[in-house]
Amino acid sequence: MIKLNPKIGQSDIEQEPTRKGYGLGVVDLGDADKNVVVLTADLAESTMVHEFQKKFPERFVECGVAEQNMMGAAAGLALYGKTAFVSSYAVFSPGRSWDQMRVSVCYSEANVKVAGAHTGVTVGPDGATHQALEDVAIMRVLPNLVVEVPCDSIEARKTVVALGKMKGPAYFRLGRSKTAVITTSETPFAVGKAEIFRDGSDVAIIASGPVLYNGLLAAIELEKEGISVMVVNNHTIKPIDSATIIEAAKKCGAVVTLEEHQTQAGCGSAVCEVLAMNYPVPVEMVGMPNTFGESGEPEQLIQKYGMGKDHIMEAVKKVLQRKK
Amino acid sequence: MKKLSGKDLKLKANDIRRDIIKMLVEAKSGHSAGPLDMADIFAALYFNVMNVHPEDPKWEGRDYPVLSCGHICPVLYAAMGEAGYFPKEELLTLRKFGTRLHGHPHNLALPGIETSSGPLAQGSSQAVGIALGLKMDKKPNYVYLVVSDGEQQEGQTWEAVMMAGKNHLDNLIAVMDRNRIQIDGNTEDIMPLDDVKAKYESFNWHVIEIDGNNMDAVLKAYETAKTVKGKPIMIIANTLAGKGVSFMEGDYKWHGMPPNKEQGEKALGELVAEREKI
Repeated sequence: MIKLNPKIGQSDIEQEPTRKGYGLGVVDLGDADKNVVVLTADLAESTMVHEFQKKFPERFVECGVAEQNMMGAAAGLALYGKTAFVSSYAVFSPGRSWDQMRVSVCYSEANVKVAGAHTGVTVGPDGATHQALEDVAIMRVLPNLVVEVPCDSIEARKTVVALGKMKGPAYFRLGRSKTAVITTSETPFAVGKAEIFRDGSDVAIIASGPVLYNGLLAAIELEKEGISVMVVNNHTIKPIDSATIIEAAKKCGAVVTLEEHQTQAGCGSAVCEVLAMNYPVPVEMVGMPNTFGESGEPEQLIQKYGMGKDHIMEAVKKVLQRKK
Repeated sequence: MKKLSGKDLKLKANDIRRDIIKMLVEAKSGHSAGPLDMADIFAALYFNVMNVHPEDPKWEGRDYPVLSCGHICPVLYAAMGEAGYFPKEELLTLRKFGTRLHGHPHNLALPGIETSSGPLAQGSSQAVGIALGLKMDKKPNYVYLVVSDGEQQEGQTWEAVMMAGKNHLDNLIAVMDRNRIQIDGNTEDIMPLDDVKAKYESFNWHVIEIDGNNMDAVLKAYETAKTVKGKPIMIIANTLAGKGVSFMEGDYKWHGMPPNKEQGEKALGELVAEREKI
């Protein structure tokens, strides 16, 4: 079995925001490769690229509050030969810069890596305008793009380093608030490879992002009730690891998808596409139920919009009933 | 590549105009006015101003052409075909299935095309990025950006303009096709742009305004641009939309329309007559 944080399920588990992993990962890359450049649109500290800025000021580009130009300039830097990291909140970039991402980056196969920070309702008090819940949808539809959703800060750091070493466009999704550190430095990670974080045989939870932790909590609780739940970390949304998803569906015969994103067109939909075409099984989808968020504390919002441990347990039981 | 000047350069612009007409007639779609009025500037860029090796398009010492208003690509392709980036016969494949000369330029389709463009204003940002990268590496190469006047209406244009001014990108030499037309009408009716010179100057650009269909003025503007230090350069090229074809000149209806066969023959006749006078 994969080595995860032994404190999973305990109240004293370490908490860190995934954006921290971005800040660390991009410094790792900057140390190793002088062609790595970082751009931001007036959000250096909140996207945590300020350490890179301090260490490599000559390779740090402050674009001001102008995300469309930032994306285009990143494409120019990349087409010239740089590896360009674009840092902003996902609602702004790629939210406002989707057209630039489509043509200047993806169509042109520019070596640009886009960090979408402050995703999900766990952004909290800033409210609905700043809670990106549609970014995976608008990203995974673009050809030539890799889409990653790391589940914790350690995985985020590995994601950034891996994407930085690959050629071509990529998007990765980050969170604002502190969330459980699920993995360890030894947990295997490869772009394009989903990992089974917990084995089980009755239902498979296929999840992406920090909310995966609630899936693990649900699985632990359900085991006490005699329900055996597999938990798959499907961190790569594109290109999706069909083989692991099909394997999970074959073993369990029922699936719950889990993400902190609109259930339409996100990770869950990507999983459903794989299942519908290869191995159809009953699916329940846990995620943002086709609505906007609001202000509040992250945990309050997770509870209100149905992405907590209890909601996931309900979904598992519901899909079990549908299983023949 | 041998540099052209004087009469030879004017003849080359005429060659490019005739190529454009033939390409558009064959393609049966595409834009006429902008490509024709920019033929003098593209002749100057590819045969005098830019440091490029058509036989080695990825040569490290090259200057970077960036066409932001991708829809005028017939003039880009014609200039590249004339310069020897690809066999000239290929010009007649414009917009056809299997072509490398797409309806809007694609960097991966054709060697020598540095960027993809079509959605307006993206080229300005791409050019700023390339110029920044060159500055980071202390390289002497120039970026030659071509923009339309209509695309000044895009907010992204001004985001890029602001950033170029902030970063003192004197390796970025832009030219604006100020032909005063766009799809729906005359630019000053659709959304007034003037005083566009003052606008650029206020963003810390060095601005040169010329008659964009006067070859001597074009060459002199680029010569001056290369002496400017600490500021990006905008050459506002006042052009006559559809220049060289009497029934297209100054008429916005020819922005996005190709000539049919008869119109094409008439246009070629006029351009051949013009050639005799050069």
